[in-house]
Amino acid sequence: MVPEPSSNWTQASSWANDWQNLFHFEVGIFVFFSLLIFSVILYFAVKYRRRAGNEAPPPTKDYLPLEITWTAVPAAICVVMFLWGAALFVRNGVPPAAATEIFVVGKQWMWKIQYPDGRRDINELHVPVGVPIKLTMASEDVIHDFAIPAFRIKKDVVPGHYTTLWFTATKTGRYHLYCDQYCGTSHSAMVGWVNVMEPAQYAQWLSGSGGGKSLAETGADLYKQYACNTCHDIGRGPSFVGLYGTSVKLSNGQTVLADDAYIRESILNPSAKIVAGYTPLMPTFQGQLGEEQILQLTAYIKSLAKHDGEERKAAKP
Amino acid sequence: MSQAVTETHVFPLVHYLNVRYGWKSWLFTTDHKRIAWLYLAAITFFFFVGGLAATLMRLNLIEPQGSLVEPSTYNRLFTLHGLVMIFFFLAPSIPTVLGNFLIPLMIGAKDVAFPKLNLLSWYIFMAGGTVFLYSVLAGGVDTGWTFYTPLSSTYANSNVMSAAMGVFISGFSSILTGLNFIVTIHTMRAPGLTWFRLPLFLWSMYATSIIFILAMPVIAITMVLLMLERFLHFGFFDPALGGDPILFQHLFWFFGHPEVYVLVLPAMGVISELIATFSRKRIFGYSFVAFSSVAIAVLSFLVWGHHMFVSGESLYSGLVFSFFSFAVAIPSAIKVFNWTATLYKGSISFDAPMLYALGFIGLFTMGGLTGLFLATLAIDVHVHDTYFIVAHFHFIMVGGAVMGYLGGIHYWWPKMTGRMYSERWARIAAVLVFVGFILTFGPQFILGYLGMPRRYAVYPHEFQTLNVLSSAGASILAVGYVIPLIYLIRSARYGPVAGPNPWGAKGLEWTISSPPPTENFAVTPVVTKEAYAFGVERSEPA
Repeated sequence: MVPEPSSNWTQASSWANDWQNLFHFEVGIFVFFSLLIFSVILYFAVKYRRRAGNEAPPPTKDYLPLEITWTAVPAAICVVMFLWGAALFVRNGVPPAAATEIFVVGKQWMWKIQYPDGRRDINELHVPVGVPIKLTMASEDVIHDFAIPAFRIKKDVVPGHYTTLWFTATKTGRYHLYCDQYCGTSHSAMVGWVNVMEPAQYAQWLSGSGGGKSLAETGADLYKQYACNTCHDIGRGPSFVGLYGTSVKLSNGQTVLADDAYIRESILNPSAKIVAGYTPLMPTFQGQLGEEQILQLTAYIKSLAKHDGEERKAAKP
Repeated sequence: MSQAVTETHVFPLVHYLNVRYGWKSWLFTTDHKRIAWLYLAAITFFFFVGGLAATLMRLNLIEPQGSLVEPSTYNRLFTLHGLVMIFFFLAPSIPTVLGNFLIPLMIGAKDVAFPKLNLLSWYIFMAGGTVFLYSVLAGGVDTGWTFYTPLSSTYANSNVMSAAMGVFISGFSSILTGLNFIVTIHTMRAPGLTWFRLPLFLWSMYATSIIFILAMPVIAITMVLLMLERFLHFGFFDPALGGDPILFQHLFWFFGHPEVYVLVLPAMGVISELIATFSRKRIFGYSFVAFSSVAIAVLSFLVWGHHMFVSGESLYSGLVFSFFSFAVAIPSAIKVFNWTATLYKGSISFDAPMLYALGFIGLFTMGGLTGLFLATLAIDVHVHDTYFIVAHFHFIMVGGAVMGYLGGIHYWWPKMTGRMYSERWARIAAVLVFVGFILTFGPQFILGYLGMPRRYAVYPHEFQTLNVLSSAGASILAVGYVIPLIYLIRSARYGPVAGPNPWGAKGLEWTISSPPPTENFAVTPVVTKEAYAFGVERSEPA
């Protein structure tokens, strides 16, 4: 049973409320200055229209205080708008650490959604209300853009990069999801829905997935299937146990944080960052592994971070 | 009313239009006034090509599922519309037609500094236009006018190479035109015509020329890189080839945002002339208006990153580019306030050019104010890539640049042809353009706020009402654009003789006959007065 779509006028995220306040302020500025200019022009146009006795007007006299006023006042208003917009933007730039992570892969012309427990969606995103959600997004081909107008958010999904988007939904409902970056022939069909559910309902929906494997478990399968273990488990390549989130020393003396982007790069372009003490032997997996599989492998490596070796065996099939 | 109606003038016996006849006298001319006509013919053709594409798009959007064409065709239509209007109509419009015609006349010169280079620029423009038209006839291109990679370099199956080549070639025409204008304004001013006596149109032409010279090479380079990647698989932009798609956006918008000011700065120059003449006042705060053009030209190079607020660019880049985007709004605001103040205690007449000028101020004000929304980091996150931005930039480019262009054409038409058009029809057309414009693009702000993405061939049914309104407005706008084509062409043959100065305007171009003689000025004029010297000598008949 699919619920009715919510109105396009709805504000359904915590950010949308902040956004709306600033938007209303700017609409106020827009209305005030538009009306000011329109009414002054209209007034002058009527009062000083050309007619008998008004054929030869007096010469223009410049007036510096006026110039200063209409430079300074708009400048001050601009500073307010800049600071307000920047403050909101910066405050919402980093997702909270506790956010639930969901993965999005854009592909001409569909959105593939993966939940940590392994459940998948196409063009439908399911999220619980009141819980911070972080989307980690990758593209298989061209640039897309994941936009949810009811939440007042969007972010480009760029091939070769991970981008993130986060939100806390505040109203249950069914909202439009669009691709906002032109991506080729069926761009306007790359649309879907965001379903915001009560947490209990969401838990029920998740459990309906029917005992599939979690992302990390699928990643563990891939780890064996692509024979990653033949090097990385025996010390020819760096071990992944406890790796995620630590800083890694590279052969050129630099250090790098072992995050999603680093793992992705090391799979697709292994010689870009060589871990100190290892020889660059690894072949590239560009063209063999899709973005979804890379996300699964990353989830597996991530699952090794918090746990010890026994846990790792548990994740293996 | 204009004085042409009440006074009888004699049409000059010999002038630049009848001094020679035959196609060779046009295609090999080095007369800046004739070259202006060559451009006028070319860009009018391109305007109606781009307009036809827009008409088909608006027809298609009447139905949510698309009433006319497949998405693949719709994508080609909006790409065609964008490329033609930006590169082959708006960018050349005022500079190459009015700029070419007027710069020598306004500074008391016989021609531009490099007349042969001027003709060469037109041929380069036509070569670029022809290559581009080939790409259209061969099936079109569907990347959007922004050519974003890796869609354009790897994935699109349309005529990207020829379209990019057309853009590449035509850019050199603008570079050479800009060079010509800068040298002309620097070196060929009549004695006594100091920088601060220049008509403001020339300040804006000068600022535009700076942008031409600095920005156009960047788009040329970008198109070369794009073609190398698409044809020879050099890895600049496609991550699968080792490139970065964001690099393309930096290059494209480093050109692209200054380009936007190339479109509107010339119109601002025209508006200054119109406001002065039709209110019989020197422009209030002349030096503020003049320097704001230069400030816009400089600042326009520091704002390109605001096209990439949601691309994942760094937070700090976002902050800097947001700040400069607000900064560039200030000189535009200064202009609007000064134009408005010029009307104070004026003697205002409402001839057709003035209707366009007043329409410009209103629409440009709204376009500029909505630009502030997009400069605000947080607000942009929602309205970016929606119909909100489509509406915003059409307010600037159509409400601003096209209104300025039409106002300028109506104002200087008597000088170009020596004849007056039907004032009544011209006013009707001006009002239709204004009303049609508001109705077309006003609803698009709401569509964008509600989240409708741009470049959608099909859309959710809730958006239909506003789309139908927009299409209805576009039909009025189309009528408003076709009417001038008819009465202007008619007037060239049947219009009343205009005389040298039908508007009672100041400025050197109004001191010579209409149409002017080939050499413009029999004797080089000596300038002793500031621009727009209205009311300085009361005894002189206006």
